Amino acid sequence: MFVETPFVRKKHRREILAKCVFGAMALAMVIPLVLIIGYLVFKAAPLLSWDFLTSNPTNGMRKGGIWSALLGTIYLVVISLCISAPIGVLAAVYLNEYARENWFTRIVNLAVVNLAGVPSIVHALFGLGAFVLFAGMGRSILAASLTLAIMTMPVIIASTREALASVPVSFREACWNVGASRWQTIKAVVLPNSISGILTGVILQVSRTAGETAPIMFTGAVFYRNIAEGNLFAYGIKDQCMALSMHLYTVTTQVTNAPDALPYAIAVVLLGTVLLVNATAIVFRVYLRSRKKW
Amino acid sequence: MPVIEIEKPLAPAPTPAAIVAPKARRSQRSGAAVFGEKCIEALIRLCGISAIIFVFAIFFFVFREGAPIVSKLDLGKFLFTTTWYPTSLGVPRYGVGALIVGTFSVTVLAMAIAVPFGLGAAIFVSEFCSKKTKEALKITIELLAAIPSVVWGFIGLTVMNVVIQKVFNVQVGLNVLNAALLLALMSVPIMVSIGEDALKAVPDSYREAGIALGCTRWQLIWRVLVPAAKNGLLAAVLLGVGRAVGETMAVLMATGHSVNIPHSIFDSVRTLTATIAAELGETAEGSDHYRVLFLIGILLFTITFIVNLTADLIVKGIRKK
Repeated sequence: MFVETPFVRKKHRREILAKCVFGAMALAMVIPLVLIIGYLVFKAAPLLSWDFLTSNPTNGMRKGGIWSALLGTIYLVVISLCISAPIGVLAAVYLNEYARENWFTRIVNLAVVNLAGVPSIVHALFGLGAFVLFAGMGRSILAASLTLAIMTMPVIIASTREALASVPVSFREACWNVGASRWQTIKAVVLPNSISGILTGVILQVSRTAGETAPIMFTGAVFYRNIAEGNLFAYGIKDQCMALSMHLYTVTTQVTNAPDALPYAIAVVLLGTVLLVNATAIVFRVYLRSRKKW
Repeated sequence: MPVIEIEKPLAPAPTPAAIVAPKARRSQRSGAAVFGEKCIEALIRLCGISAIIFVFAIFFFVFREGAPIVSKLDLGKFLFTTTWYPTSLGVPRYGVGALIVGTFSVTVLAMAIAVPFGLGAAIFVSEFCSKKTKEALKITIELLAAIPSVVWGFIGLTVMNVVIQKVFNVQVGLNVLNAALLLALMSVPIMVSIGEDALKAVPDSYREAGIALGCTRWQLIWRVLVPAAKNGLLAAVLLGVGRAVGETMAVLMATGHSVNIPHSIFDSVRTLTATIAAELGETAEGSDHYRVLFLIGILLFTITFIVNLTADLIVKGIRKK
């Protein structure tokens, strides 16, 4: 019969201990997320309402809502998306479908990695130097969106590449063998089969763009601006705008005597938007994975 | 006798680009179609190399604004003195030594907290938990990574500030510890995802050999998996470092923002990134102070470039093996 020796028992104890310790470490990341969201919502509750979203800040940003900031963020996100999504997707197509394995491709890959790693404040300096001053755009929504677009492009490149790589090579071979060229194959077979993965990447990029503060601080966002309430086209592309992330920073650090709940409410709206967008991407991804046939 | 099928490791599938597509027959297509395709392919190539263009453009334009000051400034003095009085009326002094120490101290403490947790969580996700828990944890980590840095900064300013004051009974809660805790939480997600990839890349035959020898899972991890995946884990840590060095808004709001060589983790400091963010809005365009801030930008760019390059080389090294 098998008898547990002390050595074996010790081994098992260690195994359980290790599992508990590592589990606790993983749990240590879940808890802050829940605590943070719970606490913010709790503190923000008195202010959160539809009116808060659709009215301008008043009284030196101490009263009123966040309409101009919310609309500004939407402008920045949409415009930067229009710029970075096409370039990012095509760049990923190049890297996955065209680029041979050689030193040049390695450099391109390295550039993508580094573009993702450049600190956001350096992107801000770049936006200021290149778009605001050199290109003469001035501090405007356009300059800020361009800065954000370049900053978030690696997100789209990475997820699009993953999506393209998951389309089996045999699909392409079948298409080539009936006489299609490389681009025809990409257009007719590769892109339609990976569109869902690409969209997930785009959604993730939206969430990233909405939360950034540093890159827009000196390129187009302002502390305060009043716009027509309820008008979705209140900003022009050459205007400066408010943004949610910047507004949170301003209210927290520059405005004295703001009501207690105000910064919490802004934080909840910002965090809520970002997490909602991310959750959409996750649900979308899970749904598509379940539908995948190969 | 049952036939035991031994799974042969598959050769890595060739990338689509590596396969030469048969030439489409030109004669059947109009010249315009072929020309259109050429144009589109040229556009794709241009977008493909855009990343290189952007990285160079970032360096060029930041350097262009900062360059005129280089000749006026003693670089040794700039890097190694700790007097940062950019707005002093008499002789403004630009010594970023204290800022570098500030960035360094916050990053080191953040990594001291984040590395055990990040790698521990990566091991748990990769080796210990069931598939369902794994999915749930990965989603949580993804959401944690999505929290904007300004929200982290806000949490540092309002919540952590008070908590640190109460728990450690100190006067100021905005200090190295506060910022390091935030940075740790911000850089853990990237460590977990890269670390998990590294562990997943260890061939299953290693695990099977270990189990066949009677290893417990803990022994397997400690003696087999961690040594085998150590390059990938190192890359994960480096990417976390890169993230922590470059972080702006959270450290701007949570470090206390005083130029200071810290003596304990409860001292306020200021970092390179936060200095740019706080002061650029108040400088006159083209002034010395303005140019020095761009020079700090170059410094940051260089630091993160080196860190990312190292991480990338390490990861590439693994793939080759």
